[in-house]
Amino acid sequence: MDYNIAEGGALILGCSAIGAGIAMISGFGTGIGQGYAAGKGAEAVGRQPGAAGEITRTMLMGAAVAETTGIYGLFIAIMLVLANPLVDKYYSLFS
Amino acid sequence: MNPILLAGADEISMEVEVLRHFNIFGIDFAFTNTLWYSLWIAFFLILFAFIVNRKLRHVDPMKPPKGLQNALEMAIGVLDKFTAETMGPSGKGFSAFYGCLFLYIMCCNLSGLFVWFVVKDHTVIFDFMRPPTADFAVTLGLGLITFFMTQIFGIRSKGVLGRMKALAEPVFLMTPINLIGEVANPVSLAFRLMGNILAGTIIMALYYGLLPMFAYLLTPVLHFYFDVFAGILQSFIFMFLSMLYVSGAME
Repeated sequence: MDYNIAEGGALILGCSAIGAGIAMISGFGTGIGQGYAAGKGAEAVGRQPGAAGEITRTMLMGAAVAETTGIYGLFIAIMLVLANPLVDKYYSLFS
Repeated sequence: MNPILLAGADEISMEVEVLRHFNIFGIDFAFTNTLWYSLWIAFFLILFAFIVNRKLRHVDPMKPPKGLQNALEMAIGVLDKFTAETMGPSGKGFSAFYGCLFLYIMCCNLSGLFVWFVVKDHTVIFDFMRPPTADFAVTLGLGLITFFMTQIFGIRSKGVLGRMKALAEPVFLMTPINLIGEVANPVSLAFRLMGNILAGTIIMALYYGLLPMFAYLLTPVLHFYFDVFAGILQSFIFMFLSMLYVSGAME
């Protein structure tokens, strides 16, 4: 393989790794959202300890739904690291 | 050419492995380990149902229930109550389907705890099961079941015109956004389930790739969190959201 072509592939791999790291910033918003839900849940349990089971169930539910956006970011990161489509595309340019 | 950048995961397979290629009517059909494990899970569920059916067929209804029958009656009572609470009184008939869906997804998620054999290149390998729900094909299939159920039951209860009118709410201009939202539902369901389980699988694989001593110390806790807690929670959420979508289209 030509040295220049391999160098381009290495550049794509490196940039993909950086991109995967940037994609994981989506965990920031998810963390804030889940923390907010947990805080409100604790508040509600403090106000009404009798309904603790119901409140916990609702809170877990909301937290898991709030997780979705973080999961999208995670999916992009996994795609970039494990099954990078850009590398295949790059090498298919030369074949 | 797909270089795997993460090293040291030989205990848990991170990616879907193709065990065998079949050629059926000119179409290449890959028999993956996802398919292999999900067939085994379906087999065990059917076996369990069959055994329970044989056992409970000759039960005297006048006697108080005990043992397995008691536990199953309680579980089915909880399921019926939950379905009626979530979908309204009209949705009570869905409890059998959603119980089945919940059991299947839960068993798939929990399968990451077990070691099972896999036949590859004419050799039998014992390995941790890769949860079938960590494959996007499985979860998208389950999401598409929800999608078609939403459309079909929506049309059934309101008619074609009523369903079209429901998509044009609150104003006519919102129709494209409503259509996108309708298509996004199964995809978001599928991504949520797959992302959680796949993330758990990858993190477990990385921990198993550590020094063995650390791996044995750390992995039981992680197995509990990623497989048991996240697995049961995600299967519950999948069922709950699927119920909400279907009952939302029916109202």
